[in-house]
Amino acid sequence: MKTLMQAVLTVTVIAGVSANAQNAPEIKFDSAPNALQLPAGIYLGEVGGVATNSKGDVFVYTRTGHPTITIGTARPFAHGGSRLFQFDATGKYVREIGKDSYGFMFANQVRIDAADNIWVVDQMTNMVIKFDPQGRLAMLLGRKAENVAVPVRATTGDGAGRPTDLFDRPTDVAWDAAGNTFVADGLGNARIAKFDKEGRFVKSWGKKGTVNGEFANVRSIAVDAQGNVYAADAGNKRIQVFDNDGNFKSAIPFAGNAQAICMTKGANQALYVSNSNPPTDIDRDGEIYKMKLDGTIVGKFGKAGKMPKEFGTVNAIDCRTENTLYVGEIGNLRVQKLMLHP
Amino acid sequence: MKRSLMFCFLVIVLLSAGPASAQRKATIEGVSEIPFTAVPNFLKLPAGEYLGESVAVATNSKGHVFVFHRSANTRLFEFDANGVFLKEIGAGFYGFEFAHSVRVDKDDNIWTVDEGTNMVTKFSPDGKVLMVLGRRPPAVAGVLAYPVGPNTPAQKYIFCRPTDVGWDPQGNIFVSDGYCNNRVVKYDKAGRFVAQAGSEKSGKAMGQFDLPHGLQVDGQGNVWVADRTNNRWQVLDNDLKPIREITNLGVGWTACISGGPHQYAFLSNSNPNGNMPGTWETTGEIYKTELDGTVIGKFGHPGKVAPGFQVVHMLDCRNPNELILGEIESWRVQKYIFKPTPPKSASAK
Repeated sequence: MKTLMQAVLTVTVIAGVSANAQNAPEIKFDSAPNALQLPAGIYLGEVGGVATNSKGDVFVYTRTGHPTITIGTARPFAHGGSRLFQFDATGKYVREIGKDSYGFMFANQVRIDAADNIWVVDQMTNMVIKFDPQGRLAMLLGRKAENVAVPVRATTGDGAGRPTDLFDRPTDVAWDAAGNTFVADGLGNARIAKFDKEGRFVKSWGKKGTVNGEFANVRSIAVDAQGNVYAADAGNKRIQVFDNDGNFKSAIPFAGNAQAICMTKGANQALYVSNSNPPTDIDRDGEIYKMKLDGTIVGKFGKAGKMPKEFGTVNAIDCRTENTLYVGEIGNLRVQKLMLHP
Repeated sequence: MKRSLMFCFLVIVLLSAGPASAQRKATIEGVSEIPFTAVPNFLKLPAGEYLGESVAVATNSKGHVFVFHRSANTRLFEFDANGVFLKEIGAGFYGFEFAHSVRVDKDDNIWTVDEGTNMVTKFSPDGKVLMVLGRRPPAVAGVLAYPVGPNTPAQKYIFCRPTDVGWDPQGNIFVSDGYCNNRVVKYDKAGRFVAQAGSEKSGKAMGQFDLPHGLQVDGQGNVWVADRTNNRWQVLDNDLKPIREITNLGVGWTACISGGPHQYAFLSNSNPNGNMPGTWETTGEIYKTELDGTVIGKFGHPGKVAPGFQVVHMLDCRNPNELILGEIESWRVQKYIFKPTPPKSASAK
């Protein structure tokens, strides 16, 4: 009976996606070949994040693998596993930032703020790390656990977290015009945490649940020009919108898996939302939607797959330029540069 | 205390049971020995570089030799046709953890199969990643418990300790998968799932497998599978329907199909890991056959010292008269040179 119920639910959800799909016009697009030129001996793993700065430089935070457990004083320590690379606007490799950083283990996102600072979010060290444009450490949020439990401990608690910057599998970071920082926290916790520009904890909201203001998880966030916070609550099939203080305003239904979102800048802001396919299957989903901030779908493009113009579990979108996107993929270990022709 | 003792005991039982049960004397009789010349110290490594368990070898159209081996980290080395070290490919790559196979396709792309990351990776001839199949379990999920009990259902795009890869002339991709699935999967050249034979469950019937450990595709698009724990090789058609089995040549460790218009199959009844008593006398030989199953001859014997074999894991037979052989134990790659031999009449069945 339970299985039947689940089957019915699944059918409903899929119908929702295809209803979206049928109504949304296709946006024509191309994928630039060799968008990033990797030097010999440098490989991308699963791409957690991709972002551009004001000069068009491209930053990629990637899971390069091989996090290492070493045995210490009766405790296993863990280190390594992710790297941050910088490329110029033509895709030429510039440098590595944060090589062998204590905070790099499982890349989940990189974002660039208004002053071109580089912020990375690591899902395993539970840290949000701010580098200045020169690549020097500027500020840290969160602290990596001193040692790891093997096997890893299960997340416990209601997801509300504590009133501080201790995260549990954070996924994303964004800022408002005043310089406040919002952290999506994330997959272990289910909350959004707000910090002022000095990094002081202001407040957090949300916990695990389904009603408005609660999250199944927070996969990605964005802040609009008015300071409203958009949180991709993929597990609850929606994007929730909050005011700057975390008061619930509205929910945009999104039948698919909103794993990565990006908001354009300027007067008429648009929101890109990826209905990322599960890493286990490329025969469903994968398309990216463009919508207005009220949730009206403008169009969609792409599908899951392994070829150029196909996507393998998009985890990051950069949309600094509205019709030139960078997308980072978990499944295909790559970044694609997309030119949209709406 | 009691518990750890029990654990030690279990480990000992498992370690000793594995190799002993994996040994099988071939039942075919009257197969003649094929003479060969071994090239001593074929691969020249730079000072300070070592091979680990040399589980995988392959050559490209220029005769370059690729060795995918288990060092402290799993590494992929490229040598020229004379065995001179050229370069390393994929140092630190996400898809490398525990090497199992390397193969080179007709366009000289290099494909690796890694059973520690569950990933199959296609590299361009100059070492850029072109495509990946499968997914490495995410580190943030923590250490996975060693699977006990029934295998979980096989998924289209996720492998469970995959073992080998091959292609038909149309470019379709075939993956043997593996130690904890028991299937062969066909993908089109864009990496989309087409079909599978077998499943997560092991089985003895035709079209079922128990540790499909090696795979090659012949020029007709038929798929040869070393069905190791079933002590046989199976030949499947291009749609993965079984055609026949070969059960008289011992344990199906690996298979190699040579290039050129007249293809041969090389089937290795490798001596098992651990050198258990009796194994050197009864296993370790490699059979050369026609694609119709006619056995031409055999060669090779176990031994710690070259040209002996310490568990041949894979061989390259692009040129059927110049074989490159990779061994698990002895951490070694050897080259055997043959004079072309006339066909013999004993039959594989």
